[in-house]
Amino acid sequence: MNYHAIKAIYRYEMARMFRTVVQSIIAPVLSTSLYFVIFGAAIGSRIAEIDGVSYGAFIVPGLIMLSIMTESISNSSFAIYFPKFTGTIFELLSAPVSYREVLLGYVGAAATKSVIIGAIILFTASFFVDIEIAHPFIMVAFLLLTCVSFCLFGFILGIWATGWEKLTIVPTLIIMPLTFLGGTFYSISMLPPVWQTISLFNPVVYLISGFRWSFYENADVSVVLSLGATIGFLLACLLVVRWIFKTGYRLRS
Amino acid sequence: MISIDGLGKTYAGGLVALNNINLEISRGEIFALLGPNGAGKTTLINIVCGIVNGTSGQVLVDGYDTRSDFRVTRAMIGLVPQELPTESFVTVWNSMKFSRGLFGKPANPEHLEKVLKSLSLWDRKDTISMELSGGMKRRSLIAKALAHEPEVLFLDEPTAGVDVELRQDMWNLVADLRDKGVTVILTTHYIEEAERLADRVGVINRGEIILVEDKDKLMRELGKKQLSLHLHEPLAEVPSQLAGYRLELSEDHRKLIYTYDAQQNRTGITALLSELDAANVRFNDLETSQTSLEDIFVDLVNKNR
Repeated sequence: MNYHAIKAIYRYEMARMFRTVVQSIIAPVLSTSLYFVIFGAAIGSRIAEIDGVSYGAFIVPGLIMLSIMTESISNSSFAIYFPKFTGTIFELLSAPVSYREVLLGYVGAAATKSVIIGAIILFTASFFVDIEIAHPFIMVAFLLLTCVSFCLFGFILGIWATGWEKLTIVPTLIIMPLTFLGGTFYSISMLPPVWQTISLFNPVVYLISGFRWSFYENADVSVVLSLGATIGFLLACLLVVRWIFKTGYRLRS
Repeated sequence: MISIDGLGKTYAGGLVALNNINLEISRGEIFALLGPNGAGKTTLINIVCGIVNGTSGQVLVDGYDTRSDFRVTRAMIGLVPQELPTESFVTVWNSMKFSRGLFGKPANPEHLEKVLKSLSLWDRKDTISMELSGGMKRRSLIAKALAHEPEVLFLDEPTAGVDVELRQDMWNLVADLRDKGVTVILTTHYIEEAERLADRVGVINRGEIILVEDKDKLMRELGKKQLSLHLHEPLAEVPSQLAGYRLELSEDHRKLIYTYDAQQNRTGITALLSELDAANVRFNDLETSQTSLEDIFVDLVNKNR
């Protein structure tokens, strides 16, 4: 294992985050705070409690998930796409590193950024609403699993993308709608039966549901199923990345 | 140091970039790989460095296979690419630190400082790449390639688009590296560069190595020397009594050109001058010239078309 390479990539990527602190941290925190103001305070005050939890507190886990999913994809896809775009990828491809070291460096850094953002949003949310975390260890487990899984997904996206448009098309047209329709702002049980069934085909439902359960012990689907779906997604992404490095897909001609 | 055996590369579209390349490069030598655009120089380098996968054949670096022992081989190699890809917002120093770590070496600020000073980049170490000139970017890429103390350095068109002063610095750097035992493989369009630096020369055309030769031997064997006599009066034709010499008359009939082998004990120059005097051919100036590596290269490539 090339530990120096992992450290070099990790530090290089973290340095990029601190160079772009406004874009990396302040922007997602600001937009999430706006969600709290609009949905939590303005609209939420007119909405009754959901499963015994105030609406403002109910949306906190969903908003954290929304942020870390989009940020994880954005951070890791950009991290690998940008060297491809500038041509500096030659250095990574000619270095004595395997896909494990590359992943630990790039995905590790991107996931760290996402965890930091998630923690800041949680901290920010505590100024707006009272938050209780019923199962902190499971909450941390869901947070880490989601960050790593979506960073892996973003990494795949960054390798697959052949232009800036492709890089943004998946987060904008697929991930964002799935997240909004995955129960960020509502409980699936509030939907008509047909839409409840359709929602179960949305993988994000399982992530948000499991994460919310760790806060309030309320879930739309079984926690075990949520955890299984998250781990399944993680393993699927790992297999794809392994295949990419084995075949050199869009990396080595 | 580098052993290439039966290497081939066919791209997905069917383009055959390399065809059965066989090449041996010794430790510590400077090898110049010459070839026209699209000949396969960069593909060959990229396969050895691991950036491109070969379709067939094997590449060994210091006895290690570049595929199965990639960790060992890549750690030994440094590459300066033809283009100038840099991370715009990263300083020269941080970029070098990254390169050294990426290639598995622990931090060594003293080494990085030495490299930067040798490339006259020390005072620019805290400058971000986007603020460097083209020549400085080229130097910073060389610094990055040397950050992990490679045993083999690939320089792909190292002096393309750089000024005369920087080119001279690069040449000095290559000479220093040779003194330290680093194997240097360079591709270049400037034949003068190869002529000046290389121990051996390889010519690649259409994906095939058409010649590998010791540079001096190549110059001796394929190089010609010519004596040009500027005539006092133009000649209509070469006098018949001089037919035994390899003489040509220039187009304006004012210059007589004698081609000879400078390696021979008897070049025939003394006899020719006597014969010219006897034939009453007067001249008011003379000069000698030698075929350059460029002439040899152009001749080889043209023959291989």
